[in-house]
Amino acid sequence: MYLVYFVVTPNPMIEAHNLTKTFKDKKRGVITAVDNVSFTCRPGQIYGLLGANGAGKTTTLRLLATLLQPTTGTCVIAGHDTVRASEQVRAQVGFLAASTALYGRLTAREMITYFGELNGMGDDAIHARIKQLAGELDMHEFLDRRCDKFSTGMKQKTSIARTLVHDPAVMIFDEPTLGLDVMTARAIVKFVRRCRERGKTVIYSTHVMSEVEKLCDIIGIIHDGRLVTEGTLPQLRERYAEPDMEEIFVKAVGGEAAIAAALNR
Amino acid sequence: MNWQAILIVYLKELKDQLRDRRTIISTIVLPTVIMPVMMFGFGVVMTKIIKKAQDEGTNVMIVGSAGAPELIKALKADPKFRVVAETGDYQQRIADKKLRVALELPADFEAQVRVGQPATAAVLYYEGEIKSGIGARELEGFMQKYRTALVEGRLKERGLPLELTKPFELKRRNVAPPEKVGGATIGGFIPYIIIILCFSGAMYPAMDLTAGEKERGTMETLMCSPTSRINIVFGKFLTVLTASVATMVFAMISMAGTALIGGSLFAGKAAAMQSAAAKSASAGFMPTIDPAGMLGVFALVAPVAVFFAALLLTVSLFAKSYKEAQSYAGPLIIVVIIPAVFGLLPGIELSAKTALIPILNLSLVCKEMLSGTWNWPFIGLIFGSSCLYAAIGLAVCVKMFNREDVMFRA
Ligand SMILES: Nc1ncnc2c1ncn2[C@@H]1O[C@H](COP(=O)(O)OP(=O)(O)OP(=O)(O)O)[C@@H](O)[C@H]1O
Ligand SMILES: [Mg+2]
Repeated sequence: MYLVYFVVTPNPMIEAHNLTKTFKDKKRGVITAVDNVSFTCRPGQIYGLLGANGAGKTTTLRLLATLLQPTTGTCVIAGHDTVRASEQVRAQVGFLAASTALYGRLTAREMITYFGELNGMGDDAIHARIKQLAGELDMHEFLDRRCDKFSTGMKQKTSIARTLVHDPAVMIFDEPTLGLDVMTARAIVKFVRRCRERGKTVIYSTHVMSEVEKLCDIIGIIHDGRLVTEGTLPQLRERYAEPDMEEIFVKAVGGEAAIAAALNR
Repeated sequence: MNWQAILIVYLKELKDQLRDRRTIISTIVLPTVIMPVMMFGFGVVMTKIIKKAQDEGTNVMIVGSAGAPELIKALKADPKFRVVAETGDYQQRIADKKLRVALELPADFEAQVRVGQPATAAVLYYEGEIKSGIGARELEGFMQKYRTALVEGRLKERGLPLELTKPFELKRRNVAPPEKVGGATIGGFIPYIIIILCFSGAMYPAMDLTAGEKERGTMETLMCSPTSRINIVFGKFLTVLTASVATMVFAMISMAGTALIGGSLFAGKAAAMQSAAAKSASAGFMPTIDPAGMLGVFALVAPVAVFFAALLLTVSLFAKSYKEAQSYAGPLIIVVIIPAVFGLLPGIELSAKTALIPILNLSLVCKEMLSGTWNWPFIGLIFGSSCLYAAIGLAVCVKMFNREDVMFRA
């Protein structure tokens, strides 16, 4: 009985404790982009980070991916501290954001191979992995074409393959369907779901409400750097007495006026 | 630091750069083409100008010609001069470059000379105007010879020996061996060119691999990989260094080729022209250079190339965009050229102090090495200090890569 419980709820893969990140900006002064954020995420779960523009989603995810160091607070991923053991963390993490572009002068295959090599993979392993990912993401026809000639969808698929080449335990997706057409967006959502089935830990940030409803096991609403509420979809529906995700979001952040105020800041 | 990871980054960056037309142009095409164009162009233009000046001869106007028929006759007999008709506006005509020189004489010049009255002849020219200056020197030379001839005529008339005007002979003889002449004339010029090539060859890749990547968003992708930043820095640094050295090597090969082909070409032409001026001109393009000196130059340039690569990477990493990086690196080339130019100035010599000034020290010691002088203590000091500057540059560059306010500048 105890063993079954352990299998169903394994140890958290991501543990963020009181993460705070401030930036010093010449014009705006000190900006608190992430303010005392704590959450955990377990393998086989998709954690959805929902927030408006400038809410602090990307900054939070960059802290997890060790690209930035928290001003205060700590984060442990797969048992490694993101500041003290950043290389071990990155070896376990695949990070995809709008700001992680492809090398335009490389082909998709070269791009994926490069990141496989940087992850210490051998030629055979990379070759096999590219074959597998290209099949799953349906990218065989453009695998040997240069990335600068790609459509947004081809680019995003190549980026996902780049992110996952080393088969990381943790996947961090920052608005992965941004700017994609319905079919490509659906393909990517489907792919993320398949990752969950394989027991991966997924963090997924977005401001698209429908994706959150369809995809995420736990939803965290971030506003003005703070994690204002967190829970499963049924829990949130109950808490805010609203069936619709958009209404829940607006209520959680304190009404439309609060969103407008945050945007103007 | 992990050499395998550095190699992975280096090979990828090299492949990436080789696919970039701008890099190919700045590291291969430009340095290969610019040398022959510069040398041939310079040579052809110089030969033409000298030949033209000789063919034309110096046009000279005698003011007060009525009083000096003998002088005019002698002047007309000299092929170097073309005597033009006397007009009143000669000063204006010199200023307008229609006339190179004028000789101003008193109205009764020859009569005065005959009776032994001291007369004054003035050579009028335009200071700063090359052709006018050459004409003035030729005319002065002619007048001095003419005066000596008059003196000798008078001595002869009175039965006195000619030695009276010349108590002794004065001669001039060159003792410098040809490679010394070569080292001194173009020895300062070669390191200057190498320094500029080294810098300009590193400039484009350094900007593309840092600011360019930040602008295109690939820098963040690269930082997501588990490789530590120092490996990324070294991979990029080696790529920039390769481009810098390649630029230099392509330019040198092209320069040597041009000198080989052009040298024989100009030598042939000079012989055909049979003129001293053309000979000295062609000797200027083809001076002998000590090959060991050339190797020494490359050895001393190496740490400077490292320094340039690190400096350019650091500066352009700071920029947010390619454009911004250009606005930093562009003015930097002037900062680099100034000490190199100082090295060309006469009077600035190698000393314990100048040996520590980066770039200037290289410029100075190269001049010496190319002319066969090996000042080992200074060479050691310069190599050592250059290596130190290079190491500092690299350390600052690695520091920059680890600063998140630089990597994620909003
Ligand atoms: N490097 C930086 N320097 C200064 N301020 C920054 C930096 N990065 C982010 N910020 C600021 O921090 C705040 C949060 O930004 P962040 O990019 O995390 O928001 P986001 O939720 O990802 O927004 P979006 O939906 O627009 O992507 C914003 O006010 C932003 O301007
Ligand atoms: Mg964002």
